[in-house]
Amino acid sequence: MIQVTPRIEPSKLMTFASPLLAIFLTLIFGSILFSLLDKDPLEAMHLLLIAPLSDAYNISEMLVKMGPLLLCAVGLSLCYRANLWNIGAEGQLLIGALGGSAMALQFVDSDVWYALPLTLVAGIISGMIWAAIPTLLKLKFNSNLILTTIMFNYIALYLLLWGVHGPLRDPEGFGFPESAIFSDATLLPLLSEDGRAHIGIIFAILLSLFAAFVLAKSHLGFQIRVFGADEAAAKYAGFNRTKLTWAVMLFAGALAGLAGVSEVAGPIGQLVPGISPGYGYSAIIVAYLGRLHPLGALLSATFMAVLYMGGDLAQIEMGIPIAVVGMFQGVLLFFLLACDFFIHYRLTLPSNSQYQN
Amino acid sequence: MDIDFITQILFAAIKTGTPLLLIALGEVICEKSGVLNLGQEGMMLMGAVVGFLAAYTTGSAGFGIIGAILMGMIMSLIFAFLVLHLGANQVATGLALTIFGTGLSAFVGADVVGQTVQGFQPIIIPLLSDIPIVGKILFTHDLLVYLSFALAGLVAYVANHTRTGLVLKAVGENPNAANAIGIRVLRVRYCAIMFGGAMAGLSGAYMSLVYTPMWVENMSSGRGWIALALVVFASWRVGNIMLGAYLFGLASIMHLVLQGMGWSISPNLLAMLPYVATVFVMVIISADQFKEKLLAPKSLGKPFDPRQMA
Repeated sequence: MIQVTPRIEPSKLMTFASPLLAIFLTLIFGSILFSLLDKDPLEAMHLLLIAPLSDAYNISEMLVKMGPLLLCAVGLSLCYRANLWNIGAEGQLLIGALGGSAMALQFVDSDVWYALPLTLVAGIISGMIWAAIPTLLKLKFNSNLILTTIMFNYIALYLLLWGVHGPLRDPEGFGFPESAIFSDATLLPLLSEDGRAHIGIIFAILLSLFAAFVLAKSHLGFQIRVFGADEAAAKYAGFNRTKLTWAVMLFAGALAGLAGVSEVAGPIGQLVPGISPGYGYSAIIVAYLGRLHPLGALLSATFMAVLYMGGDLAQIEMGIPIAVVGMFQGVLLFFLLACDFFIHYRLTLPSNSQYQN
Repeated sequence: MDIDFITQILFAAIKTGTPLLLIALGEVICEKSGVLNLGQEGMMLMGAVVGFLAAYTTGSAGFGIIGAILMGMIMSLIFAFLVLHLGANQVATGLALTIFGTGLSAFVGADVVGQTVQGFQPIIIPLLSDIPIVGKILFTHDLLVYLSFALAGLVAYVANHTRTGLVLKAVGENPNAANAIGIRVLRVRYCAIMFGGAMAGLSGAYMSLVYTPMWVENMSSGRGWIALALVVFASWRVGNIMLGAYLFGLASIMHLVLQGMGWSISPNLLAMLPYVATVFVMVIISADQFKEKLLAPKSLGKPFDPRQMA
C-alpha cells in the first residue's frame, strides 16, 4: 500500500512542477471531453494551444489578451501573498475603463499630446479609488474583503452600463449604448501594423518586472513576504499592517485600472458595455498558476492568453462554445490545488518510510 | 401606496428572497462545521442548468429538482475532497469551484438558452390564503417556496435542538476536541459540505424552473455571494437568515417599488441596490469586531488534518 507522508520541508521541485503537471492534466481532461463530444481532440488541442502562436496576427491578438491578464494577476499576486483576498480586479478594471473613457471623451476633437497620458492616469486613479473603498471598509469597519470586493465588481458593472447608456453615450450614436469613438491622440500606439497589439503590453511586462524587484529587494516586499508567511511574526517585528494593506491594495487597483483603460484606449477605441470577458476573475488563476510571483505571472498570463485566443479559434473553426475556456480555467485551478498537495506531502511505501523517519 | 401594492411587494420579496434563503441555509450548516465554501455561485449555476436540462428533456419539473440537487452535491464533493483530503486552501478552492461552475454551466447550457419549460404552478392553500393580507403574501406561492419554509424550520430545529446540531457545533468550534471525544471530524464536514451543495443546487433549480423560468448564462447574478454575506448578517442563526433573505429580496425588487411610486431613476443604477445593500449591511455588522469573533464558528476556514494529530 502506498502511504501519504508529510514532508519535513516543502518541496521546491513540486512548487514549480505543480503548475506544469496541472496544465498537463487539464489537457488530458480536455481531450477526453472533446472525444466524448465527437470533436477531434487533436484538432481542438492544436487550435487551443498551437494555432494562437502560428502567425503574426494571432500572436498580436494573443498579446492583446495577455496585457490585462498580466496586469491584474501581478497586483493580485502581491495581495494574496500578503493574505489580502482581493477578488475585485474585475471591478477595478471596469472602473478604470469607465474613468479613462470619461477623460478620453474630453479630447474627441483634439490632438494635444497630453490627451493619452491624462486618459491613462484617469484610468489608473479610477482603479485605485475602486480598490480603496473596500480597503477602507476592511480597515475601518473590519468588513470581509472577499465579499466587499465581489460586490464592488457587480456595482462596477452596473456603473459602467449606466455610463455607457447615459452620460457617456455618443449623442450622435443613434441611441446605441456606445461612447463616441476616441480621437487618435488618446489611443495607445500599436506595436506593429499587423494587428491590434499596442504598447500597453510593454507597460504590463515592465510593471511585472518592477513588482518582482519590489518583492525581492525592497523593505516593502520583505514585509509582504513576512506577512504572508507568518502574520504573528510580522506584527512582532513591528510591521505596520495598515500601511502594507494600503500599499498593496492601491498598487493592485492601479494595475487593474491601467488594464481597463488600456482596453478602451487600445483595441476597443471607445467605451462599450462588454469591456472584459472576465479578465479580472481569470487573473486569479493566472496569479495562482504563476505561484503568486510577478515573474511567474508573466509565464502563466502568456499561457492563459493563448487559451483565450485558442478558445476564439476553436469556436470559429469547430463550433466549440467559447465557455469551454472558463471551464478549463476552473479545472486547471482544481488540478493545481490538488497537485500542490505534494508540495507538503509525498507518497511512500510503508517499508521505506520506516527507515527514513 | 395602497394596501394591494404593499401586499404585492411583500409577496414578490418572498419570491425573490427564496433562492437566497435556500442557498444560505446550506451555507450556514457548512460554515457551522468550520468550512467556508465560496463556491456557492458555481454550484448554484450548475444546479440551475442541470435542473433546467433535466426538466426540459423529461418534461417534468420534479426531475429537474432532483437533478439539480444531485448536481449541487457532486460539485460540493469536488470541493470537499480538495479541502478536506488534500488540505487545499478553502478560499482558493471555493473560487475555483465558482469559476468552474460558471464556465461549465455556460458550456452545457449553450443549446437551451432561450428555451422555456413548464415550471411549478402556484398552489393556493385553502383557508390559510383567505387570511387578509398575510394569506396573500405567504400562502399563494409555488411548491418550492413552501418547501423553503419547511427546510428553514427543519434546519433551525436540527441545528439548535438535536444531537446532530451539537456535533456540528463541536466540529466547527473546536475540531481537535471533537476528534478527541471520538467525533469523525472529516465525515461531519463532508456531510455539511454536501448539504450545502444540495441546497445550492436546489436554489439554482428555483431560479431556472420557477423564478424566470428559463436558462441564461450567469443567471444567478451574484446571489451565491450575497448568500455568503447573508450568513454573516444573520450571525450564523437560522431564524435571522430567513428575515435577512426576505430583506435582500425586498432590496432586489426595490426598482419596481420606486417605479411604482413614480420615481424615474436609471434601471442600471437601481440594479446596484442589492449589492450596495450587501456592502452596507456587512459594514454595519462587522464593525463590532468583538461580536463577530464571538459569533463566528471558531475554526471557520481553518483546515483540520487528522494526519497531524497522531
